[in-house]
Amino acid sequence: MEERRQTSGVRIGDLLSVVGAAVAAVALTAVLGSQLAPVHGLLANVLIAYVLFLVVYAVLVWLDESGPVVWDRVIAVIVQSGAFLLVLALASVLVYTVIKGGRAVVHLNMYTHDMAATSPVDPLTNGGVLHAILGTLVQITIALCITIPLGITTALFLTEVPGAFSRFVRTIVEAMTALPSIVAGLFILATFVMALGFDKSGFAASLAITVMMLPIMIRAADVVFRLVPATLKEASLGLGAGQFKTVMNVTLPTARSGLMTAIILATARGIGETSPVLLTAGFTQSLNKNPFSGPMVSLPLVVFEFVKSPEQPMVERGFGTAVVLMALVLVLFVAARVAGAQDVAKRARRRRRRAAAVARVRSLISRSSDA
Amino acid sequence: MTTLPLRDAAETPLGSDRPRRIKLVRDTPDRIFRAVATAGGVTVLGIMLLVGTFLLIRASQALHKAGFSFLTTQAWNPDGGHFGVAAVLTGTVLVALVAVVVAVPLSTCTALYITEYAPLAMRKLLVLVIDLMAAIPSVVYGLWGFFFLQSRVAPVSAWIATHFGWIPIFRVDGVDSSTPLSSMTVFTGSTLIAGLVVGMMITPVITSIMREVFSQVPLGEREGALGLGATRWGVIRSVVLPFGKGGMIGGTMLGLGRALGETIAVYMIISPVFTIQPHILQSGAISVSSLIALEFAEASHFGLSALMAAGLALFLLTLVINFAASSVVARSRSGANS
Repeated sequence: MEERRQTSGVRIGDLLSVVGAAVAAVALTAVLGSQLAPVHGLLANVLIAYVLFLVVYAVLVWLDESGPVVWDRVIAVIVQSGAFLLVLALASVLVYTVIKGGRAVVHLNMYTHDMAATSPVDPLTNGGVLHAILGTLVQITIALCITIPLGITTALFLTEVPGAFSRFVRTIVEAMTALPSIVAGLFILATFVMALGFDKSGFAASLAITVMMLPIMIRAADVVFRLVPATLKEASLGLGAGQFKTVMNVTLPTARSGLMTAIILATARGIGETSPVLLTAGFTQSLNKNPFSGPMVSLPLVVFEFVKSPEQPMVERGFGTAVVLMALVLVLFVAARVAGAQDVAKRARRRRRRAAAVARVRSLISRSSDA
Repeated sequence: MTTLPLRDAAETPLGSDRPRRIKLVRDTPDRIFRAVATAGGVTVLGIMLLVGTFLLIRASQALHKAGFSFLTTQAWNPDGGHFGVAAVLTGTVLVALVAVVVAVPLSTCTALYITEYAPLAMRKLLVLVIDLMAAIPSVVYGLWGFFFLQSRVAPVSAWIATHFGWIPIFRVDGVDSSTPLSSMTVFTGSTLIAGLVVGMMITPVITSIMREVFSQVPLGEREGALGLGATRWGVIRSVVLPFGKGGMIGGTMLGLGRALGETIAVYMIISPVFTIQPHILQSGAISVSSLIALEFAEASHFGLSALMAAGLALFLLTLVINFAASSVVARSRSGANS
């Protein structure tokens, strides 16, 4: 595997032109805004300053470099500021939510109480979202109990039993990844709740999440299985193992880390979806441990319902719930990273290293006991 | 798996050397495995077809009644027999287009920064942050858009409307140009703000696809361009972008598909209207999925099938875009082996 060379470098002259252009742009904007044509609003001023900065910087570079280099420098500035802007915007999503929700999440009752005995104007020391946390966990567990076995079996079918039929199944599954999540909710609402006559419940919500997650899971698992090297499988077959043995001893262990990542990321998608739950779970303020009867809320649904309230404490609770939800997604994400980093080669290397370390310690002990 | 030659080699006369017919004999565990796997595939196919056919059947009730006017009517009153997706579908497409227009330049810049400019440590951190942001639930983006972005974007909208109001899509009715800052409510709940929020949501998705593609550019071509005296921008323009073109288009279309189907973030921000609203700065917007979220609770049996018809229209739109995306990606150099 070829390594890519690092070709970047910074010269003091480049740095000075950037600083000089920035100072000039700020000064020009101030003059423009206060003397020539008054412009209102911070954002408009920043935009004008940015354009001026680009122009001044281009002129500065042009003084001692050729045309292509001027383009190179200007584009570099544009690309870097675009990336900076995106990171700033995404960071503001996280920071704003955490700051607004910070006042709610520090109270322990947020995690131990439901909202049954709390009115919207009550302070944050009262009431919590235990019902939503439990609801989310129950719903995603049911959804995973259906999705994981069915998804992995189907992905195995797509890779291990090739043919016209499995190609057809793959096309349909790919098409269903385009199904908007709210339509999945609408489907469960129209069949399970209205046609079959069951109540809106946690189970109905799990079914809606399942319909949404299943195609995502199958597609991800299918990609993972296709990445298993054919040479490994052929070696196993060549040694006389059957297809089933090969799948159990070669395909699944090799794909294990990829499968874990696929499962965890699909779980994060499933946990964060609001719209299927909105249509199928109903809404309640109290704890419901039974997914098969009565309404059962989930975290995103509670966020959505809380912030609709005109009362300030409810909005703060909504933001606090959003922080809890993000923390849950973060935990899943880190788990996915850890699982994805594990592969057969890495595990083997770690085992060898451990064995070597043990051998070194042993030899040290034996030497010291000799002395 | 055991293979048995049907005839012994010695029976074949010399000179007529043909490939032997091979008969495949599978042992019991293999047969069971294949049966179970096939059963799984059939089950999933059944579920998916059930969803599809059910949608079609229920939607056809409404479609049958509305006929062709379903595509041209700008109102939503299914029980009065007067409903159509002209306004909602246009609204959906407008929100998604604003989102893509915001997301694509930002994603391209970020993906290029990650692969071409950033120091190694920064690269790893950024990849992590972008992947994490792709997993953040849409309701969080909706919160941010409603409470944080809306009040900050409204003055900018006002400024654009006063200075560029002569461009049709930026026109805002009912605003007095002599006192442009008099009321901000005409600028909240607009297509622009909904589009910005959805754009923020899809940017991480598009960025990670583009980054993946840009990082696959062959080193030889990169260094060849450098060796011929290209600047870094020269390398990007003549090697990276041409190589990654397919992936860029594919990623954008996948982002567009996500943007079309987004419900909660749009629903939280817009003030719903049921006429075609081509003025993206003005309060009032609609999308198919927020229509469903808005109407499902009060919908009658027939109203629900009208909503299904709208959902089906959205599904078909996303489907076309997804298939177009995958065919573009599959045909490009960068996506040929993914």
